[in-house]
Amino acid sequence: MSAIELKGVSKRYGTTPVLHAMDLAVASGEFVVLVGPSGCGKSTLLRMIAGLEEVSAGEIRIGGTLVNELAPKARDIAMVFQSYALYPHMSVADNMAYSLRLRGKSKQHIETAIQSAAVKLGLGALLDRKPRALSGGQRQRVAMGRAIVREPKAFLFDEPLSNLDARLREHMRAEIKKLHRELGATSIYVTHDQIEAMTLADRILAMNGGRVQQLGSPLELYDRPANLFVAEFIGSPAMNLFAAQFSRRQGRPMLIHSGFAIALERDPSLSEGSALTVGIRPEHISLGSGALAGVVDLVEPTGLGTIVHLTLGGTALKAFSLERRPLTLGGTLAMQLPPHRLHLFDADGVRVAQ
Amino acid sequence: MISLRRSCYWASHYLLIALYVVFALFPLFWLVKVALTPNDLLYSEGIKLWPSRTSLEHFNFVLTHSEFPLFFRNSVIVSCATALIVSLISAACGYGLSRFNFRGKGVLMALMLITQMFPLVMLVAPMFRLLAPLGLTNSLTGLVIVYSAFNAPFATFLMQSFFEAIPKELEEAAMIDGATRFGAFRRIILPLTLPGIAATGGFVFTAAWSELLFALMLNSSSRASTFPVGLLSFVSKFSVDFGQMMAAGVLALIPACLFFLLIQRYLVRGLTAGAVKG
Repeated sequence: MSAIELKGVSKRYGTTPVLHAMDLAVASGEFVVLVGPSGCGKSTLLRMIAGLEEVSAGEIRIGGTLVNELAPKARDIAMVFQSYALYPHMSVADNMAYSLRLRGKSKQHIETAIQSAAVKLGLGALLDRKPRALSGGQRQRVAMGRAIVREPKAFLFDEPLSNLDARLREHMRAEIKKLHRELGATSIYVTHDQIEAMTLADRILAMNGGRVQQLGSPLELYDRPANLFVAEFIGSPAMNLFAAQFSRRQGRPMLIHSGFAIALERDPSLSEGSALTVGIRPEHISLGSGALAGVVDLVEPTGLGTIVHLTLGGTALKAFSLERRPLTLGGTLAMQLPPHRLHLFDADGVRVAQ
Repeated sequence: MISLRRSCYWASHYLLIALYVVFALFPLFWLVKVALTPNDLLYSEGIKLWPSRTSLEHFNFVLTHSEFPLFFRNSVIVSCATALIVSLISAACGYGLSRFNFRGKGVLMALMLITQMFPLVMLVAPMFRLLAPLGLTNSLTGLVIVYSAFNAPFATFLMQSFFEAIPKELEEAAMIDGATRFGAFRRIILPLTLPGIAATGGFVFTAAWSELLFALMLNSSSRASTFPVGLLSFVSKFSVDFGQMMAAGVLALIPACLFFLLIQRYLVRGLTAGAVKG
């Protein structure tokens, strides 16, 4: 396993920039997830690491070797594609053996490698089948198997679970995590699904518009989003956001919204009248007690808990509660926005330290 | 009520298909019928769906007393050579056009399209002027060159669409697995494009097999004539020998049928099923 290092890596198509000077250091054995909306450049970055796209500027190193000009086959990485890209005219065993044969491995080595991969992935009974005779989940496993028989320097995953249905996706997510723990392989995983990113990653790199938004552990991104983009993107149901003004009343820091006001516990170093965007996660809104009164608009039971849609001082909010309380639509509900749970973002969308 | 309407619907469905098949195959039936009718019955029996007596005399004459076997051999050589050359060229060009972006690609494709716009008759005289000094008139080589040139652009477009139907990820996966681009083409893409190559080959073969205009204009000696030209030799100044002409026509159908019988299993699509989601 090897570390992967990106320094000032950028990509242009003609004069259109797609990636702006990216830096990233993936430690050996680390699992890094690139997450962002479609078109944010995350797949392009992965394909550049794989050698399928040229690098416009900057350096990519795999295991300390500069690979900018190396062909994909010389980089010794394995990739799992969203479409799986299984060779349709080859059996499952041949699909997995292909890369080993190209590297001139002995028959016996190939046989053992395939058997051990088949055992790990539960493909034993399918080795003679052609890809067209497999279900989506099985194809996905074969694609994984093709990657792991190689024992490559690093694994690259390009949205490998997007084509599976929800249940299977959840299952394979856990499988991938287990496999990673077993193999300890350096992995870079691209997805637009923030749940996948949260559950799989050692570290998440959130991207938007070809720029890094935040790099950190999943809980860091969840608890302290660096900007509005990350705040909105990570978490489901999404963080509530509303506009407010900062003010000091008798020396006490306050957030003034057109319909309500919240006293802050700590004084952020902000000037009087600063325009802010305030965020609070649905599960952090406390219902049933407090000085604020919201009107219940809609109730969505999820089984695990309840998502309550409320209007508070003209602003729509979503609250998530584990309690099953009787709620009447149109009725008022006492609630509270705990000050220490609030996220403040300045006019540029950057997090304000509290 | 509903089931009655359904069966009426299906009955008319099959009736229409049957009508179409009869319409399409009737000329072939007539060809065989005339070829098997002895000369004395050809004009005396009037129009009948099947003659009262059949004989193989026309086939016998064509095979033993005419130059037809020579024409036939020439046609096989020209058509096979053309199909082979055009398949190779169009596979290579089609792959290039479908996988790479390069300067002048648009212009190149427009030029290829333009070659398809001219009525061939316009080109007969210039072609003759070009080939005559090179000694390529009255020669099978000349015909192969001309047919290849005319068929290559269309075949290239055909092959390009076949390559485009094969996901790029397949060769990307192969290249990551350790193949070179050419290796990925040979081991992964080519086997999957065989149906396309077979279809293209079949198309070009039949086009060359039935071409008359250039075969007639570029070659005057019977040594280098192909069978469509040969068919004309059954038309003489005062009579047309329909029986022999039809017999020759039936014989000419055989290689085309054999060729399609050979490649038909490649023509069945669906070989790429299972490569990607679907």
